[in-house]
Amino acid sequence: MSNQTINAQKEILRQPSTIALVGNPNTGKSTIFNALTGLRQKIANYPGITVERKMGTTIINGVLHKIIDLPGAYSLNHKKADERITYETLIGSYDHEEKPDLLLMVVDASNLERNLFLASQVMDLQIPMLMVLTMSDIADERGIRIQSQQLSNVWGVPVISINARSKKCDVQIKQALFEQGVATPKPFKWNPSKLLRQAVDRLDREWLSEHTQLPERARPIEALRLLAEGSLEDSFYQYSEEEKAKKLIEELQNTLEAQGENPTAVEVVQRYSFIGDSSEGSVTKEQRDEQTWTDRLDNVLTHRVAGPVIFVLVLLVMFQSIFSWATPFMDMIDMLFIEFGAFVGSSLPAGLLNSLLVDGIIAGFGGVVIFLPQIIFLFLFIYFLEGSGYMARAAFVMDGFMTKVGLHGRSVVPLMSGFACAIPGIMATRTIENWRDRLITIMILPFMACSARLPVYAVMISAFVPDKRIIGFLTLQGLVFFGLYLFGIVMAVGSAAVMKRIFPTGKPTPFLMELPSYKWPNISSVVIQSLERGKIFVTEAGKIIVAISIILWVLASFPTYEPTANDLADMDANRQISEQMLSTLQLNQSYAGTFGQWIEPAIEPLGFDWKIGIGLLTSFAAREVMVGTLNTIYSIEETEEQLGLIERLRGEIDPETGLPKYTLATALSLMIFFAIAMQCMSTLAIVKRETNSWKWPLIMFGYMTVLAYFSAWITYEWANTFLLG
Amino acid sequence: MFLSDAHVHKKYKVKQIQGDKLVRIMEMGLTPGSICEVIRRAPMGYPMEIKIRGYLLSLRKKETDAVEVSPI
Repeated sequence: MSNQTINAQKEILRQPSTIALVGNPNTGKSTIFNALTGLRQKIANYPGITVERKMGTTIINGVLHKIIDLPGAYSLNHKKADERITYETLIGSYDHEEKPDLLLMVVDASNLERNLFLASQVMDLQIPMLMVLTMSDIADERGIRIQSQQLSNVWGVPVISINARSKKCDVQIKQALFEQGVATPKPFKWNPSKLLRQAVDRLDREWLSEHTQLPERARPIEALRLLAEGSLEDSFYQYSEEEKAKKLIEELQNTLEAQGENPTAVEVVQRYSFIGDSSEGSVTKEQRDEQTWTDRLDNVLTHRVAGPVIFVLVLLVMFQSIFSWATPFMDMIDMLFIEFGAFVGSSLPAGLLNSLLVDGIIAGFGGVVIFLPQIIFLFLFIYFLEGSGYMARAAFVMDGFMTKVGLHGRSVVPLMSGFACAIPGIMATRTIENWRDRLITIMILPFMACSARLPVYAVMISAFVPDKRIIGFLTLQGLVFFGLYLFGIVMAVGSAAVMKRIFPTGKPTPFLMELPSYKWPNISSVVIQSLERGKIFVTEAGKIIVAISIILWVLASFPTYEPTANDLADMDANRQISEQMLSTLQLNQSYAGTFGQWIEPAIEPLGFDWKIGIGLLTSFAAREVMVGTLNTIYSIEETEEQLGLIERLRGEIDPETGLPKYTLATALSLMIFFAIAMQCMSTLAIVKRETNSWKWPLIMFGYMTVLAYFSAWITYEWANTFLLG
Repeated sequence: MFLSDAHVHKKYKVKQIQGDKLVRIMEMGLTPGSICEVIRRAPMGYPMEIKIRGYLLSLRKKETDAVEVSPI
């Protein structure tokens, strides 16, 4: 019987084809994609926008097929950039994505009606498909039974039910494709009213067919969209004779209205009404009064008091684990690159090439790889929590607090990650759906005091802040340290409030966040996705970081310093010290040194001299490099390091006044500058990747530097007047 | 009345959706005639969590202001 109602095609898979996964968010679509493709994936931004394209390959019965994981969508009425890509790809008019030959329409069985809404829209486009029902175990728990055969008869496509969390879900899908094949759905299965059908036909016949390049199968759905929107403003097609279209749309809308239909709502209402009626035969619901797992967990996890407390505990466990797991890996990576650099350095003849390899390229790669443990561990947690359904609850619980400061409930985890390092934090903003909220979160995230600032704070505080006890265990040094963290947070909140006002809102997108059922996530999918994040960082941000490392190396190495006779005499006397002095002399007269001298007048009001100026340039590689640069400038030997530097900084005398050159005011000013200046090329590289444009990293660099400059200036003046005056 | 005035644990029938976000709200299943239940409110009062067509959805104040309901 099914073969009568369904015109199944099986031959289609004998040829290499492009298979697209379509479905609502939270349906297990990504899990299926990961199971089908494993690590044979390629993730990159679509050109010009920040939506990711997920492509992979899989072998079905000896034939290699392409798999595209289209962005999750609730509707084809493309309100958001990612839904628009799904829509345009399906109608075959998106230049940057292949036209799919067949679809896997992923439908959440525990949430059938809303999922079928999208499915019914997709079916109107008449692309061969297999409907894949997921989460039937959750449906079971709720007493929902779905007759796949009935569903298949209603919609005219083959239906299979799988468990996306089982290890073999890819096998189940491949087998179904092989045995049941796919079928091309018929349009208007949802029985639109005669009136609506006439309106669609007229718009198609009298205007769309002549004035667009849309394929015939895509025209009815575009007609429905135009009828609902009532305007062509939002359209991305080049239409001709828009005036004619506007008149026609208005006329059709009036006809609908005269018959008591709201033209904006009519399509949605009729689709849902058909879905509701048709599911009577295919879905049985047992009335169950007992609470489901989700209800029971939610009573605790989203509780008014317990909810926020549990969220803070989750964050605490999460960041403590990331810290303790990532640190040994980072130390190991650091050591490996230093050892490798030393090995290369000693096996090649000394000279420029040697220095380029060791200090430029190898150090640059090391600076990329060092971020991997943090990124991968953070994303293991994020994908686990996201897949379990908890992330949506965390956002629900925190949204009230976060909207007060102009952010989103989902901004909390990325911002907290920023205290370890801005890079994984910025990558984690991808969980924020709304582009504007996400952009603001990215733009303020570097204000969170990351761990790379610690070495700078440590040197400056121990050199210039008196170790005085205030109350109890609280010391002045500790207070300054705390103040710097707080200052970063205050700047973040303030900047977010300003950006909320000045960034264009665009079309208002409503906040409608689904709270998916709790489930145990598919672990291999979590691991695959986390490793993919690491790969994206290395391949996309990594090349920018290595390039800037090499530029910084050039600035510090050229022009080369020729030792004078005096230097050589010194060297004979005491080799060790002279080598230190040679690198000092080299740095001082390099381009970096010249840069330091050149910006000295500009940074003088902040209490900085040209030596700090050099550090501001070199620490662009990573903030902690500031300490290393000052060590080189002051010819500090490796054995004495921090203590030696502190002594030197304290002892530096201003030749004009005869007084100490660096004071508490300088230290405070420098720390305030470091707290908010965008002194990190890796952050800028990842912002470029995540916003898919150089515009935002440049704006970030600009506004943070200006803020840092004036804050440091005010701090210096204030400290000189009130603390030292 | 509007969803923003609704009480937790009570069920309501959606009458109509107002404003420019109408389509999006209805696409999520809040069509006229559908039944929704208010499950809970977040710590600061919003978002509000409702059950609609068998799944859980959260809405901010602005969205609940646009949903006209009647108690059942």
